[in-house]
Amino acid sequence: MLELKNIVYKAPEDGKEIISDVSFTIDDRFVAITGPNGGGKSTIAKIIAGIIKPTSGRILLDGEDITDLSITERANKGVSFAFQQPVRFKGITVKDLITLAAGKPIKVSDVCTYLSEVGLCARDYVNREVNASLSGGELKRIEIAMIMARGTKLSIFDEPEAGIDLWSFGNLISVFEKMHTKINGNILIISHQERILNIADKIVVIANGKLKNIGTKNEILPDLYKSTGACSVLTAKLEDKQ
Amino acid sequence: MDAIQKQLLREIADLHETPEGAYNLRADGSGTARKTTANIDIVTKADKPGIDIIIKPNTKKESVHIPVIIAKSGLKDLVYNDFYIGENADVVIIAGCGIHNCGDQDSGHDGIHSFHLAKNARVKYVEKHYGANEGKGKNVMNPTTVIEMEEGSYMEMATTQIKGIDDTIRKTSAVLKDGAKLVIKENIMTHGDQYAETDFAVDLNGKECGADVVSRSVAKDRSVQLYKSNIRGNNECTGHTECDAIIMDDAKVTAVPMLEANDINASLIHEAAIGKIAGDQLIKLMTLGLTEKQAEEQIINGFLK
Repeated sequence: MLELKNIVYKAPEDGKEIISDVSFTIDDRFVAITGPNGGGKSTIAKIIAGIIKPTSGRILLDGEDITDLSITERANKGVSFAFQQPVRFKGITVKDLITLAAGKPIKVSDVCTYLSEVGLCARDYVNREVNASLSGGELKRIEIAMIMARGTKLSIFDEPEAGIDLWSFGNLISVFEKMHTKINGNILIISHQERILNIADKIVVIANGKLKNIGTKNEILPDLYKSTGACSVLTAKLEDKQ
Repeated sequence: MDAIQKQLLREIADLHETPEGAYNLRADGSGTARKTTANIDIVTKADKPGIDIIIKPNTKKESVHIPVIIAKSGLKDLVYNDFYIGENADVVIIAGCGIHNCGDQDSGHDGIHSFHLAKNARVKYVEKHYGANEGKGKNVMNPTTVIEMEEGSYMEMATTQIKGIDDTIRKTSAVLKDGAKLVIKENIMTHGDQYAETDFAVDLNGKECGADVVSRSVAKDRSVQLYKSNIRGNNECTGHTECDAIIMDDAKVTAVPMLEANDINASLIHEAAIGKIAGDQLIKLMTLGLTEKQAEEQIINGFLK
């Protein structure tokens, strides 16, 4: 369980408040954070992972205050974070990264299983370098495979759909659907995708650095579409489902 | 062989015992062991220190090891090794030098290696330099490699200096004829107050010949590196050089790439990048549970792999 208590973050450069007194608790298995671009979603994810230190407020993981812990310490306590823009490494292979993620030596066949689960043909990728020769979509999948290899109690994904082509998107959804039933712990996923929001147990809406709403998809989605001026086709579809 | 010599051999040639195939072991300034095969002859030079390695035409899948180890402090060793690789031969040559300097005097090895590749000959040349110090004496190594490539020949050179060489000037020059291909991969890591200089000069004289020279280096502490390369395209040819360096602490790295096209059909490319380890690379590995120091090691190991 993850609790954010009165999180405030001010930009060190100009003191501008990016996150304003945000508090919420994640105890459902699959939680989605959504909201307009630039609203502070990624900042919150980075604050949870320890990449950004909040100006004030506390973060609790299973009741333990982790606010002052480093990135490494949080990772070892069970926080995983898939970047929105994955990092490239010269000379480090896909197998190296997945092994590092697993935190122990693992068999090539296990590496292949993780790769296959994210829709990559394992044989072609195991020994590839995670460098500029991989496309954005391939990197995103490897990033997700790394989180699966870690298998920690909190997995955070920052817009996993960004940069993935339309053809592969269906696969990606099924990856998350599977993870939803399989993973031991909580999944926190930042997303704009209706299909991802639809499989979430809870949706958190962040806008202008503030918590705007939190609830089940039936409570949140109708308002969300209205407030963003969604087209009538989408809202009608949603009403059908209800 | 004593324990120190064995350790040096492991570091430079991955050798745990006597190698297979032909070999010549030079220890503390003189040859101590040699083996030739039906296709590979090794002959001591009469006029200067060193050996001639003569590989018969059509020799396939054979290897030659020529390691040099120095465990005496204050020894300055100069050696000339000439390799003659016959037509259509396809061989692996493993050279390397290890210095264990236990005293306060400088130890040094200057190896001058000349390669003569006959038509369609193929060589994989692996060279590793390693040093260890116990006293104040410096380990100095100045390898020179001169490569002559006849038509259709191919050479791949992998040269590595990872640890313990205090001072080095590495010079490599090559002349390529029609259809010859040269691939050079260099990996260097310097630390402490070390100095490493690399100088590549390649003449692409033949029609459709090509060279690919890639250097990756890491400069730590107060060490200083200088990379120089000059690729001259004198015919219809392709040339590519790449110098990629990670700079850390108070190190200094200079890259001086030079391309010279003397023919309208010469196609030459140079890429150079110097920078510190990217912050997001460190953060990514830290989110996997590595400490900053462990993350740094992983990034450097991968980069120099």
